[in-house]
Amino acid sequence: MNEFEPKIVAFVCNWCTYAGADLTGTSRIKYAQNVKIIRFPCTGRIDFMLLLKSFGEGADGIIVSGCHPNDCHYTSGNFHARRRWIMFRGLLDMLGIDVRRIQYSWVSAAEGAKWADVVNTTVTAIRELGPYTDYAKVAGYLEKEANV
Amino acid sequence: MSKIGVFICHCGENISATVDVVRVAEAAGKLEGVEFSTDYKYMCSDPGQTLIKQMIKEKGLTGVIVAACSPRMHEPTFRKACSSAGLNPYMCEMSNLREHCSWVHDKSEATTQKAIDLVRTLVGKVKYNKPLYSIKVPVTKTALVIGGGIAGIQSSLDIANAGHQVVLVEKDPSIGGHMSQLSETFPTLDCSQCILTPRMVEVAQHPNIKLLTYAELEKLEGFIGNFKATIRKKAKSIDEDLCTGCGTCITKCPTKKIPSEFNTGLGKRTAIYVPFPQAVPNKPVIDKENCLYYKNGKCKICEKVCPTGAIRFDQEDELVELEVGAVVVATGFDVMEPSKFSEYGYGKYKDVITGLQFERLASASGPTLGEIRRPSDGKIPEKIVFVACAGSRDPSKGKPYCSKICCMYTAKHAMLYQHKVHHGESTIFYMDIRSAGKNYEEFVRRAIVEDDVKYIRGRVSKVYEENGKLIVKGVDTLLNAKPVEIQADMVVLATAAVANSGAEELAQKMHISYDAYNFFSEAHPKLKPVETNTAGIFLAGACQAPKDIPETVSQASGAAAKVAILFSQDELSREPVVAVVNRSAPPLYSTCVGCFMCATACPYQAIGEELITNRKGEVIKRVAKVNPGLCQGCGTCVAFCRSKSIDIDGYSNEQMYSEVMALLND
Repeated sequence: MNEFEPKIVAFVCNWCTYAGADLTGTSRIKYAQNVKIIRFPCTGRIDFMLLLKSFGEGADGIIVSGCHPNDCHYTSGNFHARRRWIMFRGLLDMLGIDVRRIQYSWVSAAEGAKWADVVNTTVTAIRELGPYTDYAKVAGYLEKEANV
Repeated sequence: MSKIGVFICHCGENISATVDVVRVAEAAGKLEGVEFSTDYKYMCSDPGQTLIKQMIKEKGLTGVIVAACSPRMHEPTFRKACSSAGLNPYMCEMSNLREHCSWVHDKSEATTQKAIDLVRTLVGKVKYNKPLYSIKVPVTKTALVIGGGIAGIQSSLDIANAGHQVVLVEKDPSIGGHMSQLSETFPTLDCSQCILTPRMVEVAQHPNIKLLTYAELEKLEGFIGNFKATIRKKAKSIDEDLCTGCGTCITKCPTKKIPSEFNTGLGKRTAIYVPFPQAVPNKPVIDKENCLYYKNGKCKICEKVCPTGAIRFDQEDELVELEVGAVVVATGFDVMEPSKFSEYGYGKYKDVITGLQFERLASASGPTLGEIRRPSDGKIPEKIVFVACAGSRDPSKGKPYCSKICCMYTAKHAMLYQHKVHHGESTIFYMDIRSAGKNYEEFVRRAIVEDDVKYIRGRVSKVYEENGKLIVKGVDTLLNAKPVEIQADMVVLATAAVANSGAEELAQKMHISYDAYNFFSEAHPKLKPVETNTAGIFLAGACQAPKDIPETVSQASGAAAKVAILFSQDELSREPVVAVVNRSAPPLYSTCVGCFMCATACPYQAIGEELITNRKGEVIKRVAKVNPGLCQGCGTCVAFCRSKSIDIDGYSNEQMYSEVMALLND
């Protein structure tokens, strides 16, 4: 079987989605192995340069998830993240990244089943989009130029 | 060079059943910077922890990764173990192999591979972990309580009885608040004054409580444990030390027809006055707006009659500065002005009154000495209509929320009326009866069954006067929406409880958040109901949301307990996960350019400014500075910073980028 297994990084906040993913575990709900979580204090902490870095380092897709609006542990961090996402989303096309490669969602500490769902739908979506190679191509092109 | 120890836990079989733990340990051992790696059946058990401690000492580990369950479960356990072996606890991280891996995947090569990826990711982070030390903040053990209603009184007494100093600030001339205006209280019908006034006296006499009445908060600066409050003591025009409270000035004052605030306009007071006979302190103040001397420069009768010479016409407002460690906000609520509901005729017909006015009519110390009499002609009403939800649960003209207390006090009003006027008839128009509370439903039942109060489920559409009667037109929705018309002598509106008019301004002074209705916001609706988002400021009573007395008192005691916990330590110790603005050698000093985007993003007002000066004391740079006492460690500022000058300990840029890179480079 030679199905493409995408590499997906999940940037999640400590208080809602991380705890939600813990609940997925304690509820023994199965999901795909492709997603690996990186824990942040708050989605407000997530700098979108980190997302670009992930694509540069070979990620095929990204999930950003935190508390629902109004549920932020720090009152307004998730609102800042949402606002930043709206700005960033508009720039993705210019950066050569398909906006569908980033899944922005809200998963609360009580939504274990939703987390599994977010993971599985993202994996399916990225699988359909195929591997992300644009940055690698650019890197290869630059290398070739340097060698000439 | 890092010397990281990786400890893979089997968690019995929870992890090892689906993850090949031996292979994970092997793979981890080959990673750059890893000095030692092993697996063990139960890492959290005593032998497991001993193994970690032993390896820290033996191998001189500079970082530890425990790959086991969720860090939300055992991070404190392993950090403590590291700390006892001499390793800074913040050099220890947990990789979540159970909740995020073994429990959510079937046994397979991919599952083991994911576990290896997760461990490698954290090795990338721990390489850049720095030793952190918990932050110490000194605590001033004096509490400021704002508002002298039952919430403020309860909080003050509890804090004072715990042995701490309290300054209680009340904006009116007397403490007591709304509770002192009430006649009897539900569900027991005990007299409000009888249970409240002993508490008021206790406050005045308590050696640990300093009472400042006729005073308001002007300014609040600082942070938890270290606030500086400025209080404006409004001029009372009285020398409080000389005044004995004999009351001669009040009886002789010629301006006698000022509507009394305490009696909700149903009674009159003089220009020099105490709001009510049981006031604490029981010393008068001069109302400058209505006093003849202040208006025309003539009169001074009070000065002439005062036996102790205590009148001070030249007294001015005084600003007092206080150092306090905690603040309890207990500023209470107000009742909605119902005049915008023109259909009810409030303000147009004298006998349409609010629930609070009815309390004064029913009160033994009220303008009618407890007899229910119509404000228009003083007659005893034969028929009263009570309108519940006058402004509550009404998104179009009033407030969308439920005011919570009205169902109960309306039942009480009808009951009191029936007890006082035996042949009287009382009707209540209601939307739903919300009587959740201990003995509350029984109380409403009693009103219906024993006191024969008529409940009609429906709204009132119009109140108008005809032949000296108030015609109330409504509908009975339980009888196929049959129109109902009642010829009443008096109409009582259960007006919505709303935030005080000054609530928004006060919240801004204290930097606490407030909701769309200007009620102050708690830090968490369930788990932090008395805290605010500003550490060290707590909420008590109806300033947070409409509440009845038992709930207010519980919350006030809760807030007092929080203050007592805070004051139980000489220094506060806090998680050192806070933001820091970088500093470097001259001539740069810091890469911060002083745009203060971080300050606008910060939910806690934790970011201020710092002026960097040279040796001559000249200011050469203005940069941001984080107050570690206020910072809660969300990191929103870090993502905002355009020059990457602000970073957060524990989740630094170095750590997070390294983590991402380690994850993706296998």
